[in-house]
Amino acid sequence: MTNNTTNTAYNKKLEEITARVLAGGAEKYHRKLEEQGKLFVRERLRLLFDEGQYVEDGKFANCEADDLPADGVVTATGRVGGQTVCVMANDSTVKAGSWGARTVEKIIRIQETAEKLRVPILYLVDSAGARITDQLEMFPNRRGAGRIFHNQVRLSGMIPQVCILFGPSAAGGAYIPAFCDIVIMVEGNASMYLGSPRMAEKVIGEKVTLEEMGGARMHCTVSGCGDVLVENEEQAIVEARRYLSYFPANHETLSKPTKAQDAKEGRSLEEIIPENQNAPFDMYEAIEQLVDENSLFEIKKLFAAEVITTLARIDGRPVGIIANQPKVKGGVLFVDSADKVTKFITLCDAFSIPLLFLADVPGFMIGTTVERQGIIRHGAKLIMAMSSATVPKVSVIVRKAYGAGLYAMAGPAFEPDVCIALPTAQIAVMGPEAAVNAVYSNKIEAITDPKEKIAFIKEKHEEYKQEIDIYKMASELIIDEIVAPHNLRSVLATRFAYYETKEIKKTSRKHPVYPV
Amino acid sequence: MQEVKAAMAGTIFSIDVKVGDLVTKGQVVIILESMKMEIPLEAEVDGTVTAINGQEGDFVNEEDVLVTIQS
Repeated sequence: MTNNTTNTAYNKKLEEITARVLAGGAEKYHRKLEEQGKLFVRERLRLLFDEGQYVEDGKFANCEADDLPADGVVTATGRVGGQTVCVMANDSTVKAGSWGARTVEKIIRIQETAEKLRVPILYLVDSAGARITDQLEMFPNRRGAGRIFHNQVRLSGMIPQVCILFGPSAAGGAYIPAFCDIVIMVEGNASMYLGSPRMAEKVIGEKVTLEEMGGARMHCTVSGCGDVLVENEEQAIVEARRYLSYFPANHETLSKPTKAQDAKEGRSLEEIIPENQNAPFDMYEAIEQLVDENSLFEIKKLFAAEVITTLARIDGRPVGIIANQPKVKGGVLFVDSADKVTKFITLCDAFSIPLLFLADVPGFMIGTTVERQGIIRHGAKLIMAMSSATVPKVSVIVRKAYGAGLYAMAGPAFEPDVCIALPTAQIAVMGPEAAVNAVYSNKIEAITDPKEKIAFIKEKHEEYKQEIDIYKMASELIIDEIVAPHNLRSVLATRFAYYETKEIKKTSRKHPVYPV
Repeated sequence: MQEVKAAMAGTIFSIDVKVGDLVTKGQVVIILESMKMEIPLEAEVDGTVTAINGQEGDFVNEEDVLVTIQS
């Protein structure tokens, strides 16, 4: 009996402390969450994990202090869609989610757990940054905050790293999303910045709002630091779960296929793609005809919209699609497009997701503005990423593929597993109008009779078109196959199935020297 | 109010509205030509065209305001 009584007293203490920890910060901070349309960290975790179940380490961190439950971060392991995952989740009701020494140690440990288990890690970020009062214990040391980022870099490409940004990620903390594979941002609440508006006003004299400085919409449309913009927290969690369904647990395993679906009902590719190379069309409509219905997960939809980067499924198998969008900026590639495509290719290649390129590209942008931005090194960066990718690569020339645009879209020289042309394909150093101007400009200027001039230009256009005729390209074995547009989906499904056994050769060098 | 801006440097290929026209969201109001491509620019709001800057054939820079729509 004595033992039981003792046990009960022990249990009571455990229950009391556990209840205090699970309740998080003071009531007023919970009310603030409600006002902001935010969920409490444990509710976020309940929604994220299958059946809301998870195990937690370090729950009692700093439990001897009254106001620091779990030291402001929950680190947990559970399942998402049947897959084990690790999670670190800031609790903004505890000192605004700021990082103390134990917060940092817990984050480092959950990273180490994810590494050992070889499973994805999610960072549910809502934090004001470092607790400056604790800086000696949490900032500069070997297992200080810097180690979190060092670990993120080491884990990059080994296990999927996902960030959901529910609130601020300020100063150094902003590097957590920056090192993740994908960042989902909740509009209105998520923000990311090195210096707050208050600091900017004091230090450089700039007066701006938080939204202008580092709001979710700005990052998803202008800076490219955000990948997916969502309206609320529930949607953010749904999207994170959906994203993970395309990925394997780690770089040594493969994604699981799902049940194949038909493509969405709609116009045929023949109807969608205009013959006139210069006329715009909506590439989304074409993509819908190639992939399983409702299988798109688009990354950076609102950023550099002249190129589309989206995960999708063809016959149930995950695939990463890079497609030029002729409807936006003519599908021309810019510095931001290069950033967008480079990250997407490295993401898919790291986790063995095959790549499909849909080319309709006039080339990289020209002019002083882009030259000053370094369009050449940005283009080189994209081409290096594409060239280095060893997953199955299928290149489809939908319409034009001019100049370095052909290179960027996995043209024949870059060892695509196949380069397919549609009958509307046109491969050339440049388009007919530009080429005739370049070669015959002196002659054209010398012709004084306007009618004669037009006739001459037209004749040279026709000659040029003959020269770059797609059947001539096929005859010369430059392209491997010409496919009728309405057959493209089934051809892609068949070929991706055949390419599953592709050997991935690893080189002995450490890594290339990146152009940027 | 919406200012329809040039998406990229190029020339004005066609102006498809006049001052005073009613336009709807998604309607093409102006087409640029750049890199040999036609670049349609759409109204992002329903409203009335109150100003048009430039004429067909003019060179415009990225971000130049081409059409103003009062919603």
